[in-house]
Amino acid sequence: MKLLEYQGKEIFKDYGIKVPNSYLAKNIEEAKKGAEIIGFPFVLKSQLTVGGRGKAGAILKCKNEKELEEKFEELINKEVKGEKPKTILLEEMADIKREFYLSFFLNRTKRCYSIIASSQGGIEIESVDNKIIIDLPDVDMISSELAAEVADKMNLTTTEKTTFIDFIQKLSKLIYEKEAELAEINPLALLDGGKFVALDAKVIIDDNALFRHDDIKKYEELSELESQANNNGFSFVELDGNMAIIGNGAGLVMSTLDMVSDAGGKAGAFLDFGGRATTESIYQALKVISKVNKIRAILVNLFGGIVRTDLVAQAILNAYNDGTIKVPVFARITGAESEKARELLNNSKAKLFNTVEEAISAAVQYQ
Amino acid sequence: MSFKFDLFNILIGNENDKDYKNKPVIIQGITGSFGSTHTKLMKGYGTNIVAGVTPGKGGHTFEDIPVFNTVAEAVKDNPVEISGIFVPAPFFLNAAKEAIDNGIKLLVAIPEHVPIIDSIKVLEYAKKRGAKMIGPNTPGIIVPEIMKVGIMPAKPFTKGSTVVFSRSGTLMYEVSYTLSNAGYGQRFCLGIGGDPINGTNLIEAFELIKERNDVESIVVVGEIGGDAEEKLAEYIISTNFSKPVVAYVAGRAAPKEKKMGHAGAIVYGDYGSADSKVSNYSKANVPVAKSPSEVPELLKSKLKK
Repeated sequence: MKLLEYQGKEIFKDYGIKVPNSYLAKNIEEAKKGAEIIGFPFVLKSQLTVGGRGKAGAILKCKNEKELEEKFEELINKEVKGEKPKTILLEEMADIKREFYLSFFLNRTKRCYSIIASSQGGIEIESVDNKIIIDLPDVDMISSELAAEVADKMNLTTTEKTTFIDFIQKLSKLIYEKEAELAEINPLALLDGGKFVALDAKVIIDDNALFRHDDIKKYEELSELESQANNNGFSFVELDGNMAIIGNGAGLVMSTLDMVSDAGGKAGAFLDFGGRATTESIYQALKVISKVNKIRAILVNLFGGIVRTDLVAQAILNAYNDGTIKVPVFARITGAESEKARELLNNSKAKLFNTVEEAISAAVQYQ
Repeated sequence: MSFKFDLFNILIGNENDKDYKNKPVIIQGITGSFGSTHTKLMKGYGTNIVAGVTPGKGGHTFEDIPVFNTVAEAVKDNPVEISGIFVPAPFFLNAAKEAIDNGIKLLVAIPEHVPIIDSIKVLEYAKKRGAKMIGPNTPGIIVPEIMKVGIMPAKPFTKGSTVVFSRSGTLMYEVSYTLSNAGYGQRFCLGIGGDPINGTNLIEAFELIKERNDVESIVVVGEIGGDAEEKLAEYIISTNFSKPVVAYVAGRAAPKEKKMGHAGAIVYGDYGSADSKVSNYSKANVPVAKSPSEVPELLKSKLKK
């Protein structure tokens, strides 16, 4: 789960990681109130999970009330990479002496956590040559020795170094305790007074660990469809096209998506109902899909064996009978009880196929 | 790896062993709905399940299999090296540690949604004690027509000399099924798992079979996310890997920055993209099928060379 900047910063504060004074505003009235508290000039930052906000013009300086009205209006309505903000963060400007980059991330390749630090902050880390990467030996707060090894490369005075080491340790504590896949501060600013302040916060929390972090789960904002899918244990992703693709297993549904695209079709929804599906949960899957208005056809790709295919067929039939779905279903069903499944669907709008290629070709032609 | 791990010896044993092809297995979480369903199926397939573990259910039996409260009790009379772990994700960390503490050498970690930190902890714990984890979020491992520890259906798999390594469950069945239909049976099939952290990654899986004469070819079923395929391609090149390898990569048409069902199936920028995987495979001379049904043809032409 990707946190918004202000959410990440709230957690930072809990760990004693310094962040600039700020105020979160949903509308211009709130923003004006915030302006009184923070005082001009300040920065307006659109709260989006997508990266590259600066480049996209979603972070603007604000000098007076007139500018606030114009720029707040601009930002709250501005879509960046398909995402529209719900809130804008007003943040005091800092007297920056130097900027750094600091992050902890889950290193999938090495199967451990790694730290990246650079004395060049404020730009994309991919384009920085001068950076240090250290793999951490265990799932625990980074030792002061290892943190010192990082701080040594940052070209700091002795006092600054001590503060920096403390900063690194606090961030490492956060990442393990909050089970983050990523905690990135870019830029990390050294202020004139010698303080280090996190000017940005990019935090991704492990979705699988959310069950033990109610303080973070409260930030979760799911669309009605997503929460309905979640409650049923489905994985659901909305896409651009108008064909829904349903199957048992993430890999199988992805593979079907590829083949649909190769055949000239466009998928509008990805739904994996997992290996433990029952008549009821498959019916629920169709119900979720029925709420995606643009869907004109449903492609079902099932590899039987774990899910009984006749249960799937019964679910499709039920969904037709009570009017949940009206669009045609093109289904490839193999495995346990597939003969029975065929019989059940004989007189419905669902067509059964032996191979996924046949089902796709029929579905794409229908579209 | 600091120790030599002989997967086959653990799963099957040697011809001289009195339990050759009949190695004892325990199931942790045997009385749960998932655990019990698949215990029955595994037993029916020929897996020698000697005990089950469910805290609080000790003293019961399931399908004539004794159930114990702890792993220690389950292995007290007869040492067991394999455990199929079917407990819910929040209990996985403790179940896995308990297994390792009691001599389990091979953990087949079925649960989906295990927190990443727990997986890393188990991995560290296992490494220090000479144990190996497959998964989590894996369908398990099957040696066709001999035994299986996992949740895969039996039908797609036939015995032979190809090995299938897969990051996806259903695609492992799908690809094995097309291979079986085309006459390419499998020596064994192993699910790497759909999570970002895998107890046994693709390179380690290759290490397990590189010296085996009974393995003729390898099929790798991958998907978007991470760089396991890229690293495997580097490994194939740098070790001059001699057995024929054919690959499939799911997720070419998936959008970026969206988790496609599996926790590990997510593309950031170019990192984890299908393009990156396919182009690295091509450097390693590994043909990549466009669909599961294309795998047998590619394997056929690769074997001819």
